[in-house]
Amino acid sequence: MTDVRQHAEDLHEQFSGHADVSVDEIEERLERLVDEFKVPMDEATRSVRSHYVDETGVDRDELAGGSSQAVELGDIDQDEQWVDLTVKVTQLWEPRSDSIAQVGLVGDESGTKKFVSFTTSELPELEEGTVYRLSNVVTDEYEGQYSVKLNRTTTIEELDEEIEVGDDDVTIEGALVDIQSGSGLIKRCPEEDCTRVLQNGRCAEHGEVEGTFDLRIKAVVDDGVDAHEVIFNEAATEDVAEISLEEAKDMAMDALDTTVVAEEIADEVMGVYYRVTGPTFGRYVLADSVEELTERPDTEATLIRARSM
Amino acid sequence: MSQAPTREVAKRVFAREFNDATYTFKESDEERAPNFALLPTGDRANRVFVVGTLTETEDIGDDSEYWRGRVVDPTGTFFIYAGQYQPEAAAFLRDTEPPAYVSVVGKPRTFETDDGSINVSLRPESITAVDEGTRDRWVVETADRTLDRIEAFDDDTNEYAAMATERYDASLLDSYREEVLTALESLDGVAEDEPEATA
Repeated sequence: MTDVRQHAEDLHEQFSGHADVSVDEIEERLERLVDEFKVPMDEATRSVRSHYVDETGVDRDELAGGSSQAVELGDIDQDEQWVDLTVKVTQLWEPRSDSIAQVGLVGDESGTKKFVSFTTSELPELEEGTVYRLSNVVTDEYEGQYSVKLNRTTTIEELDEEIEVGDDDVTIEGALVDIQSGSGLIKRCPEEDCTRVLQNGRCAEHGEVEGTFDLRIKAVVDDGVDAHEVIFNEAATEDVAEISLEEAKDMAMDALDTTVVAEEIADEVMGVYYRVTGPTFGRYVLADSVEELTERPDTEATLIRARSM
Repeated sequence: MSQAPTREVAKRVFAREFNDATYTFKESDEERAPNFALLPTGDRANRVFVVGTLTETEDIGDDSEYWRGRVVDPTGTFFIYAGQYQPEAAAFLRDTEPPAYVSVVGKPRTFETDDGSINVSLRPESITAVDEGTRDRWVVETADRTLDRIEAFDDDTNEYAAMATERYDASLLDSYREEVLTALESLDGVAEDEPEATA
């Protein structure tokens, strides 16, 4: 079967019961776009689907996701895909708008993704900690981050099973090539739920406050291909720079200057190779676990590679 | 809203190839556009990370201090220059007794000598003392990255390889592969002399 034919059949299935249209007719439309006008297949499919949505007046949500298939959350890398998921609700957040019935995180072995269900879809409520099979949900993308949307056609089946939710941690390896400003001994705003770093004793939100000391490193770990920005919290900083918060405070007190702490840290960590594992937060990797790479690297594989070129 | 420029990756390159990277260019007319050295294996480098043995330091400045350090890897020597605008690096070169293993993060710079040839040097952002394990890891990593570049050299879409073909002697490419072998074998020699730590 040709690719066009397959897509035509998928579309036909989605419209079954809504539109009196033959597979051949759909195929013809697709073919015209793909072959004659060189439109990519996914764009062509979308365009033909829109055409029939307009023509039949059928609610887009009511289309059967004929092509929806079971995937893991970690495999989601396209917008507007119809998928089936077996997931556990790991977090429920407060919806910020009346149009949203529920919003939160669902997870499976491959990691977690945000989900949204809309008030208009009138779906049963999901409960935190429960495992569901969600059929016919659609993927969404915003600034490179994928989420899933439940809709009117989504079926929710509660499963009496437990699944292990994987973490979204990344692991990077490379040399620590830079320490950025805001590293070393810093002061944070003591207000409840505010941990902003103070600039000259001032919090951007709460003004002048008596800060509490903290220790961190904002660093760049670079493997020659990518430069990753990494944040080491107090524990991780203590670990790699062999300096405690108390020692850092004493050091700064003696020197009447907090910058000596960052300098001391730089001496310990600059140019050293690390393997860092942790979740990502914006453009940063948060270093949950850090390992200095001291084992002798394997030269054999690289030697074989060089000799065979 | 303008986005912060992404940080330039520190490329891994052996001294021999680094010193051959005499052609530099910018990719935009903006005032603060980054300067790149064109690596003969077909890549651009605005920043490099090198690890080697600091073998010599000398203050070559007239009025103010201007330090030159020689950092040696298995293929050749990197020349590091640090003056008043690199106070920490200059202090490091002043205070460190060679020989010592060091890592350097820095930017490639070129200058024309009196006889018209072009020399490539490294202006350090930071220099720190490291151990032998770090040096060995860098050699293997730099070998891999160099082989990556040689492998990608013939890709039709590799614009820096096309630029390198135009600017440099293409026969050099195989010599860099030879240098990779030399560098790796120098590590192997060390390994054979050491007894196995674990049975």
